[in-house]
Amino acid sequence: MTFFSNIWRNEKSREIIVQIIVLFFLGWFISWLVMNVNANFEALGKDISFEFLFIPAGYDINQYLIDYNNRDSHLRAGIVGLLNTGLVAFFGIILATVLGIALGIIRLSKNWLASKIAYWYVEFTRNVPILLHILLWHGIIINTLPHPRKAISLAEVTFLSNRGFYIPKPLTETGIELVYLFFVIAIIFSILFAKYCKRKQDLTGIQYPVFWINFSVICFLPLIAFFISGMPVSLEIPALKGFNFRGGMHMSPELAALTFALGIYTAAFIAEIVRAGILAIDKGQREAAESIGLKPSKVMNLVILPQARRVIIPPLTSQYLNLTKNSSLAIAIGYMDLVATLGGISLNQTGREMETMLIVMLIYLSVSLSISALMNWYNSKVKLVGR
Amino acid sequence: MSEKTYKPGNYPDLPPPPGTVGVYGWIRQNLFSSISNSLLTIISVVLLYYLIDGIIGWFFLDAVFDADSKIACRKIDDGACWAVITRRVGQFVYGFYPEAERWRIDITFLTMFIAFAPLLYPDIPKRKWLLYFSVFYPFFAFVLIMGGYFGLQKIEYSLFGGFMLTVILGVCGIVCSLPLGILLALGRQSNLTVVRTLSVCFIEFMRGVPLITLLFVASSMLNYFLPPGTNFSILVRVIIMFTFFSAAYIAEVIRGGIQAIPKGQYEAADALGMNYWQKTRFITLPQALKISIPGIVNTFIGLYKDTTLVVVIGLLDPLGIGRAALADTKWNGLSTETYLFVALFFFVSCFAMSRYSLWLENKLNTDKK
Amino acid sequence: MKTKMLLAGVTAGVMFAGSVLASTLDDVRARGKLNCIINTGLAGFAAPDDKGNWTGFDVDFCRAVAAATLGDADKVNYTTATGKTRFTKLAAGEGELLSRNTTWTFSRDVDLSQTFIGVNYYDGQGFMVPKALGVKSAKGLDGASVCIQTGTTTELNLAEFFAGNNIKYNPVPIETNAEAQELYKAGRCDVYTTDASGLYATMMSFDNPSDHMVLPEIVSKEPLGPVVRHGDDQWADIVAWVLRAMMAGEEKGITSKNVKELAAKDNKDKEINRLLGKDPLQGLSKLGLSPDWAVNVISQVGNYQESFEKHLFPLTIKRGMNALYRDGGLHYIPPIK
Repeated sequence: MTFFSNIWRNEKSREIIVQIIVLFFLGWFISWLVMNVNANFEALGKDISFEFLFIPAGYDINQYLIDYNNRDSHLRAGIVGLLNTGLVAFFGIILATVLGIALGIIRLSKNWLASKIAYWYVEFTRNVPILLHILLWHGIIINTLPHPRKAISLAEVTFLSNRGFYIPKPLTETGIELVYLFFVIAIIFSILFAKYCKRKQDLTGIQYPVFWINFSVICFLPLIAFFISGMPVSLEIPALKGFNFRGGMHMSPELAALTFALGIYTAAFIAEIVRAGILAIDKGQREAAESIGLKPSKVMNLVILPQARRVIIPPLTSQYLNLTKNSSLAIAIGYMDLVATLGGISLNQTGREMETMLIVMLIYLSVSLSISALMNWYNSKVKLVGR
Repeated sequence: MSEKTYKPGNYPDLPPPPGTVGVYGWIRQNLFSSISNSLLTIISVVLLYYLIDGIIGWFFLDAVFDADSKIACRKIDDGACWAVITRRVGQFVYGFYPEAERWRIDITFLTMFIAFAPLLYPDIPKRKWLLYFSVFYPFFAFVLIMGGYFGLQKIEYSLFGGFMLTVILGVCGIVCSLPLGILLALGRQSNLTVVRTLSVCFIEFMRGVPLITLLFVASSMLNYFLPPGTNFSILVRVIIMFTFFSAAYIAEVIRGGIQAIPKGQYEAADALGMNYWQKTRFITLPQALKISIPGIVNTFIGLYKDTTLVVVIGLLDPLGIGRAALADTKWNGLSTETYLFVALFFFVSCFAMSRYSLWLENKLNTDKK
Repeated sequence: MKTKMLLAGVTAGVMFAGSVLASTLDDVRARGKLNCIINTGLAGFAAPDDKGNWTGFDVDFCRAVAAATLGDADKVNYTTATGKTRFTKLAAGEGELLSRNTTWTFSRDVDLSQTFIGVNYYDGQGFMVPKALGVKSAKGLDGASVCIQTGTTTELNLAEFFAGNNIKYNPVPIETNAEAQELYKAGRCDVYTTDASGLYATMMSFDNPSDHMVLPEIVSKEPLGPVVRHGDDQWADIVAWVLRAMMAGEEKGITSKNVKELAAKDNKDKEINRLLGKDPLQGLSKLGLSPDWAVNVISQVGNYQESFEKHLFPLTIKRGMNALYRDGGLHYIPPIK
C-alpha cells in the first residue's frame, strides 16, 4: 500500500499516471466514435470514398477565376469556390482596413461631432450580426439599383445595375513588355535609393523626401514607357447586349454585397483596435516627441505608429481571419464560395456529407493555422525585450 | 501695445478670454479649432442632415404600420411598410409556440432577470437567497418552456422560433460555455503534455473553422457519431456546437488573463504550500477572470449574434421568421423592413450587454483609480 | 471486390436496421407525432399562413400519413428544409417523411439510400420570364441571368439543356422559392426556372400574373414524390399506401363528405369496403394500421382530387398529367385487394 501511495505522492509519477488515464479515455472515446460511424454507415449503406471528387460536377458556377464548365470535376468546382472565397476575402480586407483605420483615427479626433458619428457607426455596426449585414446589403443592391436596360452609367464606360457593376477591362497589346520592364526598374531603383538615403541619414543626418521621390519614380517611369511604346493598352468597354452587359470587368451583386458587408462590419472592429492601439501608447511618448520639435506627422509616423503597430497587428490579423471565415456566410445570398460549391452543391448532388465537410474544414483550418503560426513568429520578433 | 502693470495686492479674478468658455467656446474648441476640423464638421453636418431627413421620412412619417399586404401599404404611403412586422409580431417573438401557452415564455423570460440579477450585480440586497433561485432556475425554465410535467402541455422544439429561440440559444450557450472555457484555458496552461495537447487541438480546431460548418455538422452529421438509433433534438445539437465554439474563444480570453498574472503570485502560493487546485481556486482564477471579463462579455456578444446562423440549417430564429414572412406572397419584397427590424432587436440587446461590460469593468478596476 | 464488400455492407446494414433500430411506426406512435420535412415555403405546396399553420398539397400528404398512423391529421411536427438540406435532414432522422416536391431519380433512389414510394405529382422543368422581355422560346435566352434552386435536379437539367443548345447563361443560385421570387421580382434575374408547378405557384403570387409567362419548353421529366429512409419496408409500405388510398378515394368517388356514410354501409363495390375497413383487407395488420386508417385519411384530409383542387386550382394549375388514368392522366394505382 505504501508503495502505491508513494507513487501517488510523487509529483512526477502522478503526472504520468494521470496522463495515461487521460490517454486511455481518449482512445476509448475515439474508437467509440469510429465504431458508431461504422455502424451507422453500414445501416445506411454508405461508405467513405473520395472518388466523387473526380466525376463531372454537372452544375454551372457564375463566377470563376479559372476556366470552369459543368463537365469539370467536383474537385475543380471546389477550387473555383476556394478562389472565390479568396477573392471576396481580399476585397473585404482592403475595404475593412482602409475604413477601419480612418474610423479609428476619426474616433480619436478632436472634432466632437465627427468623433461621435464614428462612435455610433461603430456601435451600430458591430452590434448587428454579420448575416444581417450581408442580407441587408444584398437586398439594397438588388432592390434599389435599376435593371441593366436602365443602368446608371458613369461616362458611358462604367455601369451600375442590379446585375452588378461593370467597368472597362484593360486589354494589353504588343509593346506592353516595355512598361513592365520599366516598372521593375523603378522598383529596383527605389529600393536602392531608400537604402542609400538611409545610410546617408545615418552618417550626416540629412533627410531626403524618400517617399515622394520613390512614389513619383514608380508612377512616372512606367507611364513614360507607356507613351513611348505607343499606348499598348486598349479598353474593352462593357455594352448592353441582349439581356445583360457583355465585355468589361464585372462585379456581381453578390460579390459586391458580401464585400461591403464584410468590409463595413469588420471595419468597426478594426476601428476599435486602432483606437485602442494608439491610446495604449504612453502619453509621455507623444509629449517627448513633441518637445524635441518633431512635426505632428513625424510624431505619428516615427513615434506613435511603430509602437502602436505592435499592439495593433495581432488582433488585426485575427480580424482578417474572422472576415475570411465569415465569408462562408456567402451561402445565404448565393455567392459561390468554397462552402457553397464543395460544401453545398457538390455535397448535395453526391450525398457525401462526411467527405466534403472534412475537406472544407481542413482547408479553413490550415489557412487559419498557418496565419496563426505567422503571427506567433511576428509576436516573438517584435516582443519588447523583458528586463 | 500697451503693457498693463499691476501693483502688488489683491485683485478680483479676471473673466476668461472670450471664446474659450460657454456654448460658444465649446463649439469653437470642439468643432472649429482649425480649418481641417471645420471642414470635417461641415461634412458631418451635411451627412447627418441627409441621413436624418431620409430616415425620419422613411421610418416614421411616410411609413405604414398596418395594412393587409404590401400593395395595400403602397396605396397608403411610400415609406416603410411595417405591417409585415406588426401583423406577425407574435411569430417574431414566440415563433410557432401555441398562442394559449405563450404566458409560459413570458414568465420564464421575466424570471430570467431575477435569476441573473445576483450573478450580474454582486451587491444586490438578499443576494444569497436569490442565488438559490438562480441555481434552481434552469430546471424551472426547462419545465416551463418544454412542458410535459405538472400538467403543462408538452411543446415540441420544432415550434420554437423568433426572439425566444435566440434568447434560449444565446443563454444556454453562454451558461454552458463559461465552465468549459475555464477548463480548456487551465488545460492549455497545464504541465501535463497530454492534457495540454488535447486542449490546444480542441481550441485551435474550433477557432479555425467557420461556425457555419460546425452547425452543418450538428444538423446533418452528429448522428453518425452516436450509437445507431440515438436521436436528440436539433436544438440540443446546435446548443452543443455553440457551446464548443464559444468555449474555445473564451478559453483564449482567459488564457490571456492567466498569463497576465505576475509570476510572483504563483511563487508566493507555492511558498505557502498550496497544491494545484488551491492555487487555481484562490490565486489564478479570481485574478484571471477579473482581467478577462471584458473579453468574455465580448465573446458572449459574438455568440449571441452568431445565433442568427441557425437560419442556414433551417431553424426559425427571427431571421428565419422574417424570411418565412417574405415568402408569403403578400409581403414579397419587404426585405429592408424585415431585416432592419431584426437588426434593431440585436442592436438593443447587444448594446445593453456591452454597456454592462463597461460598467463591470469600471467597477472591478479597483487598482488603477 | 469493392462492390462485393459494399453489397455485403448494404445487406448487413439492412438487416441491422431492421433489427436494432425500432420500427419507424413504433417511433412515431411512441412520440404521438409524425415528423414531416416540408418546403420552406412554396405557395400551394407548403406555406405558413399568418397564424403559422402550414397548408398546401405536400402538407396534406403529411397530414394524411399522420391520420393513417395516429388517427389524427393534426399530429404533425413540420420541419422545413431547403432543396439542399432535405436529404441530409431525412438521413439524420429529423423526420420520418420527406414531402417536399422531390424528383425521383436513379441516383437519389439508389445512391443516396432512400426510398421513393411513388409519385404524387408529375411535373417538368419550365422557364418563367416577364412578357416585357419579348422572349418566345427558351432557345432565345442566350446571355440571360437565370435564377435556379441549388441542390435540385433542375440545376443539372439546366446545365445540360443550355450546354446542349450551346447557349450561354449566368446562373444565380438561390436556396428557397421565396428568395427566387424576390430576386426575380427585383429583376436580379431575367428567368426563373424550376418545376412548372412551382412556376405557376410563384406567378400567381405576383401582383400582376399576366405580366409574366411560362415558356413552352418543358426540358425535363420531374416525377415528384414523398421519400422515406431506406431500410424500413413496413414504413415505406404505409406511406405508399396512404398515397394510393387518397387516389383510390378519387377513383371510387369517396370524398371527405361521404366517407363516413360509405364506411357505415355495405357497398356494392367491394374495393370500397376493403379500403374503408368494412371487409377485411388481407395483410393490413402487418402494416400495423387499424382498419379505419383510410377513413381517417379521407375524412380528415380528403382524397387526392380534393387536396389537389383545394391547393393547386387557385394557382391555375390544371390536372393534365396528374389526372387519373381514366381521365387521360398518369395516375394508375394498384388495386386494393
